[in-house]
Amino acid sequence: MNTPIRRLSVVIAALFTALLVASTVVQFTQAKSLGAMASNKRTLLDSYSRERGSIIVGGQAVAKSVPVQDQYRFLRTYPQDQLYAQTTGFYSYAVGAPYGLEHASDDLLSGDADTLFVRRVTDLITGRKTSGATIELTIDPKAQAAADKALGDNKGAVVALDPKTGAILAMVSHPSYDPNPLSSHDLNKASKAWQALSTDKDKAYLNRTINGVYPPGSTFKVVTAAAALESGVVSDENSTVPGPPELDLPLTSTNLPNEDGRACGPGNETTLIHALEISCNTAFGSLGLELGGEKIRAQAAKFGFGDALQIPMRVSVSSVPADLNAPQAAQAAIGQYDVRATPLQMAMVAAGIANQGRVMTPYLIQSVRSANLDIIESTPDPVELSQAVSEQTASTLTKMMVSVVDHGSGARAQIDGVEVAGKTGTAQHDPGKPPHAWFISFAPATDPKVAVAVVVEDGGVTGSEIGGGRVAAPIARDVMEAVLSR
Amino acid sequence: MTTTVEPLTPRTRRGAELMLLVLAIAIVLLAWVTTDLNRNGTVPANIIPIAGGFTALVLSVHLVLRWKAAYADPVLLPITTVLNGLGLVMIHRLDLARGKLGTDGDAYRQIIWTTLAVVLAIAVLFLLRDHRLLRRYTYVTMAFGFALLLLPLVPGIGRTINGSQIWISIGPMNFQPGEFAKIALAIFFAGYLVQTRDVLSLAGKKVLGFTFPRGRDLGPILVAWVLALLVLVFQKDLGSALLFFGLFVAMLYVATERVSWIAIGLILFAAAVAFALSAFTHFQKRVDLWLDPFSQDNLERSNQLANGLWGMASGGLTGTGLGAGRPYLTSFAESDFIFTSLGEELGLFGSVAIIVLYLIFCERGIRTALGVRDGFGKLLAIGLSFSVAFQLFIVIGGVTRVIPLTGLTTPFMSLGGSSLLANWVIMALLLRISDQARRPMPEIPVGVAADEPAPAEVTQVVRLT
Repeated sequence: MNTPIRRLSVVIAALFTALLVASTVVQFTQAKSLGAMASNKRTLLDSYSRERGSIIVGGQAVAKSVPVQDQYRFLRTYPQDQLYAQTTGFYSYAVGAPYGLEHASDDLLSGDADTLFVRRVTDLITGRKTSGATIELTIDPKAQAAADKALGDNKGAVVALDPKTGAILAMVSHPSYDPNPLSSHDLNKASKAWQALSTDKDKAYLNRTINGVYPPGSTFKVVTAAAALESGVVSDENSTVPGPPELDLPLTSTNLPNEDGRACGPGNETTLIHALEISCNTAFGSLGLELGGEKIRAQAAKFGFGDALQIPMRVSVSSVPADLNAPQAAQAAIGQYDVRATPLQMAMVAAGIANQGRVMTPYLIQSVRSANLDIIESTPDPVELSQAVSEQTASTLTKMMVSVVDHGSGARAQIDGVEVAGKTGTAQHDPGKPPHAWFISFAPATDPKVAVAVVVEDGGVTGSEIGGGRVAAPIARDVMEAVLSR
Repeated sequence: MTTTVEPLTPRTRRGAELMLLVLAIAIVLLAWVTTDLNRNGTVPANIIPIAGGFTALVLSVHLVLRWKAAYADPVLLPITTVLNGLGLVMIHRLDLARGKLGTDGDAYRQIIWTTLAVVLAIAVLFLLRDHRLLRRYTYVTMAFGFALLLLPLVPGIGRTINGSQIWISIGPMNFQPGEFAKIALAIFFAGYLVQTRDVLSLAGKKVLGFTFPRGRDLGPILVAWVLALLVLVFQKDLGSALLFFGLFVAMLYVATERVSWIAIGLILFAAAVAFALSAFTHFQKRVDLWLDPFSQDNLERSNQLANGLWGMASGGLTGTGLGAGRPYLTSFAESDFIFTSLGEELGLFGSVAIIVLYLIFCERGIRTALGVRDGFGKLLAIGLSFSVAFQLFIVIGGVTRVIPLTGLTTPFMSLGGSSLLANWVIMALLLRISDQARRPMPEIPVGVAADEPAPAEVTQVVRLT
């Protein structure tokens, strides 16, 4: 009987081999994909029971994990409630981390990033609990608070940049929400909060500074002016440009009127600087006709339109449509006809002009530190995105924008003892609603420390350039003051 | 010219067994202490009585072996010790997670069952001086085995737990008689096949190179098949049915050396599966769960298979460490899924180690079957070894998705008294047979009749009935 016993033992060996292979497949080959399954409760619990890194602004945590006595071990809290909600996003047991830095920098905060690999290995060897990295932001808490206060109950967004580096100094989007109920360990409370937030008709979850795309209105005239100066259509701020009460658009029966229906200067002519001061539609419309769509589009691209930026959150792409015909080019030149920009993009336009034509890549993360404060990634060297205009053009544009604030529509952005450069905007978006009010600016004009873009949704007055100057400019002033008073 | 053959004096290897036992006990106690350190940060207060009790239990078996079965295999007991101990540790660990402490704990009950199992194993070693004695009871064990198998169907004492009617209740005790039926049937099959093997292996027609049995010799396999079908249909227990039928076919093959029996067995098995699949939605669901355990529908129906796999995956190569994972998220983490629980906390290294321990256990059983001199012993040893291997394949294969999950206990590890008692008896039987296999032949002086018949069945008498 020994022969069949030997043969049967081969069968038994095969059975065991199957078990060994299956275990290896489950625990090694497929371990990662099994762990990544959405319905896997262990993975969720794992990430919750690890100490997630803090998000720091000005030395204070705006998001941190505090130890608690329940199965998740750490509760994510946001000490500043609404102030940084769209910047940090939230980390919820009910829905994960869909927004903000909690989403974009999840691997750093959770400790899973490749850059933290060496640390994880030493953790394993020394038996130390792995914890996430701490992220320090570029935001200036005073500027952030000022922007939040100034925007008040308005819907809209404020973003401030350091023109020389691209560091984001303030990032405020209204309406906001409180992330704390979302991160609650009371699942019922968390899902109710998520239900309310995700169905909010004002989209409070949206970070309007980077994901709100608006028609930029008259603030875009700065870009048109830049294109005109760069291409030699005009030579300087005192060049004469047409300024009739209405501009006849070729190929169409409609005309492009000035808001007040009057000519921008005597003899239906004006200077470029005056045209910007009073935001003359016909002057920039005719520059648009002269330049053509492609030149405007190319100039906008140099300021960052069309780029997919990550700060590290994903920034919506600002755009000027391609293949514009003549009347469309004229409308695009004044920031209408499907030109779309995020507030961050318009702040980059202001910052680029402020920084002698050099647009710096915007960033939000100052440094990344391990749990015991070793620096893992230090302040990034500022990265130039592009030279949008020449130094000469930049200084001409600066002079013009200073004039807007000193003598023109942006008077409410004036700061005592500081030369401020700015541009108002009023953007029609829906015939039944008031237009959006815009303001972009930087200060001081000669040695810029801050560039700001403000948009107030439905904050303008139809048929008037007043909205941008009256509603948005004071907000920008408060933010600039907060930065300059450091 | 004469040559003298130096008689080889086989060594008992009891010393080696003692060394391995010390190692086994050390592994178990280390695991127990690690669990408490990871969970509570303290060494358990009752470690001294637990360590002392466990050591005393295992060493008592060792001493009985020295006395009553000195040549028994030295590896079986240490492996059983590690497996039983790790099972206890995991059950204790799950108790801690569920706040079931002291005498409320499952571990407490399991320790009592372990003690009883050890006592039963010692009793077997004492009472059964020679495994061949069991042959006398071939038909008694048959009746006993069939009765045990069908007992859960008797109204009044049968209990349906988790969809399968494989339990009986006597007073406050729940019992799975199928675990003992396995042993009884292995003894019966061995005894029966030793008698009938010649008829079953020689008679028959040759078709396509295979010798097929005569129609009237198909009786036994058909009886076994019908019995398995009864278990399948009325107890809804695919695992046990598969185990009994597989055991019978394997032993039939070993007894007759005819591959055709395996072919017939496979055909009958396939027919049974086809019937079960078409007749019972219960089995269709199992197969569906097996094919796609992660689909939303299936997760809502039953997430235990997915949870077990996620548990093992979260353990990865090195495991979370005992007490540091979350095996309690899986239902039946202490019984059907104890392997995934251990895999989660000990990692792939631990899973492989456990499977290899079972493999060595079965390999020692096979070696015993090869070494023992009587046909009955051979059949019994291979039958018992195969039953452990096949049961392990059904349960671990089920939780690791090799085959559909059917639900059997993991030998020596799962929570549950019947399984523990039965498997310790299997180990005791294998120890007894291996003692016979490795014991030197008594020298029989020429011309002097031996007290006992010469080692039986070295040559088989062909019966012409």
